[in-house]
Amino acid sequence: MKFVVNGTFKGKIIKSNVPINFLSDIDRKKGFFKDTEHNLFNTSIKDKILVFPYGIGSSVGAYIIYSLYTHNVSPIAMICKKADLIVASGCAIANIPLVILCNDEYNKLHTDMIITINELNNLII
Amino acid sequence: MNLTKYERDALDGKKGEALELAYRILVATGEATSADNLTPITWAHISGVNYNTIGDAGKDFLSKFSETAKVNVMTTTNPTGFDIDNIDTYDLDDEFIIKQQDINNAYKKIGAIQSFSCIPYELFDTTKNTQVAFAESNAAIHANSEDDLQTNKESAFSALASAITGKSINTDIRKNMDHAKLSITTKLENQNELTCGLLGFFAGDISSCSVININGLYKQNISETKSLCSGLGTSSQCIKYTLNKQCGNIEKITFDKNDLHVIYDKLNTADRGDIIVLGSPQLGLSELINLSNMLKNKKFKKKCMIFCPRLIKNTIKQQGYLDKLQNAGCEIHADCCICFTPLLTNKKIDSVITNSVKGAYYLKKENKITSNLKPLSQILQDETI
Repeated sequence: MKFVVNGTFKGKIIKSNVPINFLSDIDRKKGFFKDTEHNLFNTSIKDKILVFPYGIGSSVGAYIIYSLYTHNVSPIAMICKKADLIVASGCAIANIPLVILCNDEYNKLHTDMIITINELNNLII
Repeated sequence: MNLTKYERDALDGKKGEALELAYRILVATGEATSADNLTPITWAHISGVNYNTIGDAGKDFLSKFSETAKVNVMTTTNPTGFDIDNIDTYDLDDEFIIKQQDINNAYKKIGAIQSFSCIPYELFDTTKNTQVAFAESNAAIHANSEDDLQTNKESAFSALASAITGKSINTDIRKNMDHAKLSITTKLENQNELTCGLLGFFAGDISSCSVININGLYKQNISETKSLCSGLGTSSQCIKYTLNKQCGNIEKITFDKNDLHVIYDKLNTADRGDIIVLGSPQLGLSELINLSNMLKNKKFKKKCMIFCPRLIKNTIKQQGYLDKLQNAGCEIHADCCICFTPLLTNKKIDSVITNSVKGAYYLKKENKITSNLKPLSQILQDETI
């Protein structure tokens, strides 16, 4: 487990099984999946722990993450299995905790599961 | 990540607010990618210019940031929302125009060149084998694969941070230590810019590799290379391709006629188009001259919108090609591009004809406009008289 942006958090997971293109997949003002072809279409990420493999596509996706924060609709944390500069820089500016997990840990996480990352940086499922 | 005393002081806020934020971004991206340290760059290319992409949050962020930030290296900018020359012909609301100009002014204030282009590699020269920081995905892949430059696939914020600090995170890709983990052999019967774009999208769609190898492409022309870069950049994390390399024991797959059809059916969402749009990535000088020559004694039957950099528009004007293109029914739009354009809305247009895979992808997702994908040669055959 690696912390890219530090923070403690507890909440419910929403997991996307496919990489996220923040610019085209997420509504930056309302904080839900806007892409009609995404299996999480119309699902809100506000106050959830957003779990997804990694970010793809437009470099402007980082601004979408920042916009989620300014509109108070951001997830409380993000968890990925591969780091990328779009998600890392967006979370850094928006102060959203970002954690990278190895495959085994990542695969244990499922939508609606409640997890905690405590002050000792332990993941509690 | 190892930081120098100056970098640590800047991170601690001792060098001002803008540098503190810039180093915070660099350290976070450095931690994410396990970079050892920061390395100097000579050129930053920034994305996040079009208001339709960054919105009010981005505009307000840039407005505040530009109060104290100044670029430290040559910095160029991605396309903006419209061509000011044609502003009277657009049906844009005043609010969009004002907000877009606020963004343009913020970039001007920090010292960025208002190049408003997604093809900086066709407009500016730099020393080969140099470290740069490009945010636009097609430009980053082009730089690493075709131009002997090294860049990460920067985000809009990491490229901005690099512009302000003159540094970027020192990853394996910068040290030429990141090698292909997937090799694709193409079996394309008729290679053109559309099939190259579809190949790029396919490669990115099936792989999370940073570098891929491609076998079997014939010597690509400029349009085919740009399409490959933009297709790859749209669907993936990929940052570089190599061509025809012996790759040893890595995953190997083929891209055949069937794969081509599957990707085509995914992105070709219309069987006709109300207008023709060309230029994602923006068209360069040789492409516009070729188009002008191909349009000799021909005229488009439908409106044809062409997107290019202002530097190129000025050059073709001086060389007499602008008149020729306009006489053939082309509208030339400088400084902007197809993706996230406010110039195309589904209130007026249901579908377009284009040869751009990236354009088709974002028009469908963002503008809710469908696309009929055809190579340029076919567009000219079907849509001119």
